[in-house]
Amino acid sequence: METLQDTATKKATTNSPTFKGSGSQMLLNALIEEGVSTIFGYPGGAIMPIYDALYDYADKLEHILVRHEQGGIHAAQGYARTSGKVGVAFATSGPGATNLVTGLADAQIDSTPLVCITGQVFAHLLGTDAFQETDVINITTPVTKWNYQITDAKEIPEVLAKAFYIAKSGRPGPVLIDITKNAQLQIEEFEAYVKCNHIRSYRPKPKVRVEFIEQAAKLINEAKKPFVLFGQGVILGNAEKEFKAFIEKTGIPAAWTIMGEGAVPTDHPLNVGMLGMHGNYGPNVLTNECDVLIAIGMRFDDRVTGRLDKYAKQAKVVHLDIDPAEIDKNVKAEVGVWGDCKETLPILTNLVKENKHEAWVAQFRDYNQQEIDQVITPELYPTGEEMTMGEVLRNINEICGGDAVIVTDVGQHQMVACRYAKFNNTRSNVTSGGLGTMGFGLPAAIGAKYGAPDKTVIAIIGDGGFQMTPQELGTIMQFGAAVKILILNNRFLGMVRQWQQLFHDKRYSFVNITSPDFVALAKAYYIEADKVDERANLRKALETMINHEGSYLLEVMVGRENNVFPMVPQGMSVSEIRLK
Amino acid sequence: MSTNDTIKYIESQPDYEGKQDFTITVYAEDRVGLLNRISIIFSKRKINIDSLNTSPSEIAGIHRFTILINESYEVVRKLARQIEKQVEVLKVYFNTDSEIIWQELALYKVSTEEITEKVTVERLLRQYGATAVVIRKDYTVFSVTGHKEETDALVKALEPYELIEFVRSARVAIIKDSAGFHEKLKEFEAEEPGEERVENEFLDKGDKIFTM
Repeated sequence: METLQDTATKKATTNSPTFKGSGSQMLLNALIEEGVSTIFGYPGGAIMPIYDALYDYADKLEHILVRHEQGGIHAAQGYARTSGKVGVAFATSGPGATNLVTGLADAQIDSTPLVCITGQVFAHLLGTDAFQETDVINITTPVTKWNYQITDAKEIPEVLAKAFYIAKSGRPGPVLIDITKNAQLQIEEFEAYVKCNHIRSYRPKPKVRVEFIEQAAKLINEAKKPFVLFGQGVILGNAEKEFKAFIEKTGIPAAWTIMGEGAVPTDHPLNVGMLGMHGNYGPNVLTNECDVLIAIGMRFDDRVTGRLDKYAKQAKVVHLDIDPAEIDKNVKAEVGVWGDCKETLPILTNLVKENKHEAWVAQFRDYNQQEIDQVITPELYPTGEEMTMGEVLRNINEICGGDAVIVTDVGQHQMVACRYAKFNNTRSNVTSGGLGTMGFGLPAAIGAKYGAPDKTVIAIIGDGGFQMTPQELGTIMQFGAAVKILILNNRFLGMVRQWQQLFHDKRYSFVNITSPDFVALAKAYYIEADKVDERANLRKALETMINHEGSYLLEVMVGRENNVFPMVPQGMSVSEIRLK
Repeated sequence: MSTNDTIKYIESQPDYEGKQDFTITVYAEDRVGLLNRISIIFSKRKINIDSLNTSPSEIAGIHRFTILINESYEVVRKLARQIEKQVEVLKVYFNTDSEIIWQELALYKVSTEEITEKVTVERLLRQYGATAVVIRKDYTVFSVTGHKEETDALVKALEPYELIEFVRSARVAIIKDSAGFHEKLKEFEAEEPGEERVENEFLDKGDKIFTM
């Protein structure tokens, strides 16, 4: 038997020359080879050799000095989400590395491609409780797609090539590479850098098996009330066009998870809206009426399904996913199509018959009309004195026309933004979906702007979430990221308050949160800012913010005790969705 | 295994919900930290591992984990998929006891004086097929290879006679239908995925449960 370790990673050849230098330099060369141009990071003792090398790479690698490593990794996430590239974050050992954990968990559950580099103490000190030593590999194992500790510089090129390949291929995810200080300093003669395109133990993209697509097509062709649910898989697979072609040919109404929002433009006639707890009325109710449920690149999160034993029991489920572990995980599939939807969707589209499903689509329209009358109109065009989050979103839609990148934090404003923001383009909705990370919004918006420099980037954040990572105003100040920060202030931790009102007899336990003078805070960071507390000034203030060159903070005072509806209460079926 | 475990499972035991012993066999790269990556898949779901053995396989550089758990088919299937999803895992199988040959090794330390004095002890050891590994003046160490029930029974039997120490190894198992991993590995190493690389118990059972 040949030594299999040698053949574990096969490589394609490129033309970069042999290089003699330190492990740190090799690391930075590898990043350049992988097309990295922007790094979000924070230096410290154990990563100093890398930062020393970075000093000479300033013309090739832009390093954004964040104010906290959590901000760094969220920025890298925002960057990855809008650009479609791998986000890169640097942090030192110990606390630097542990501060990455929330972002790793967020990226893991939302399938965001990241490569994080952490410094580590000298290899000979490992396990001695050295200064700023922490077992980052074991701490991050559950929240990374892959992680690896490098103790010898010779490993750097191969491990980095694997890291980028693993992060972005198949179902993407975060990778963490921990590099001991001696490896960063070690001088070596490195061979030409070769990108990785195969790892024998890793199957990112299965060969498509047409027989299962044929079975799916048969179900779809015989369906009277087919319903498509789509998630971020469509965006991650760059399959927006293929997806649109599929629904347009079959005439099947399609609803999105918040991670899939924007894969199809908001005003597409077959886009019937949002799924889940605060999703639209029709998609939730009709989930329990459809006869064939076609799930594409989504994973049946509990916030989408509500009570599972009453979820789409009447329907035959077709599930297209790149990750076989998702098929049958929460909802049993009649037909599972394991594969990259970029490949499977065109085959499926080819096999399905043209259709219109007019009566069925009209059912969605009927429910939508009820929702418009009872929920949407009062939210978007309120008659009371207090401003609503919905009317703020309506104004943004009118000003930006659906072309802005909307980054949200977590809570009521997030649900309102996802429900009402208009999107013409894919990769425009950046939100923390699976993990629900408060504090995500501001740093993610910084990264989103670097990932989409030509777009207007609006960070919509609640008064609670903003106070979790406000330090990143410093990053905006220093690097001039033109992020529009919109704080929707209801002087409550609104989503928790809503639950306490509805399910805990209005016992408001520690949801009453006070805020600093956000305008003064922004100004302290030399960021232009304004505050609006009456409707008459709202439109103009929003226009000023959006048209302002550079960053801007606008605080809007909204009604204190507004609730987000519709709502599927936890533990209830999607068909038991409440309009009030 | 070219024919799939799952198909046979569906045919022989339609009980998806009830708990029973499953032996999970994992072929993986021999890498530091992989054991942790695998074990947290169980602990995340608060599932206890009854026994876990790591060993080399028939192929140099490829490690074989044998994990014994008592869970329902549904749970084990999900666990197996989560394990197989790990970058450094090549392949995961899970089998019921009827599909495998397995053994565990147990060691017993007994007072030598007890054995020499009491005829019953000697008879017991004979009956359980125990072999002496070490004989000293003060104690003797016996080993027994077999199934858990057998090694457990000897513990019970020896209890009245000063069983000083007892330890049992993890289960190791050979899958009856397995043709080994050499052929499969070739498929994994090929850049262009072959049929084996798209093997998937869900997909392969598809035509069995597809009803329309």
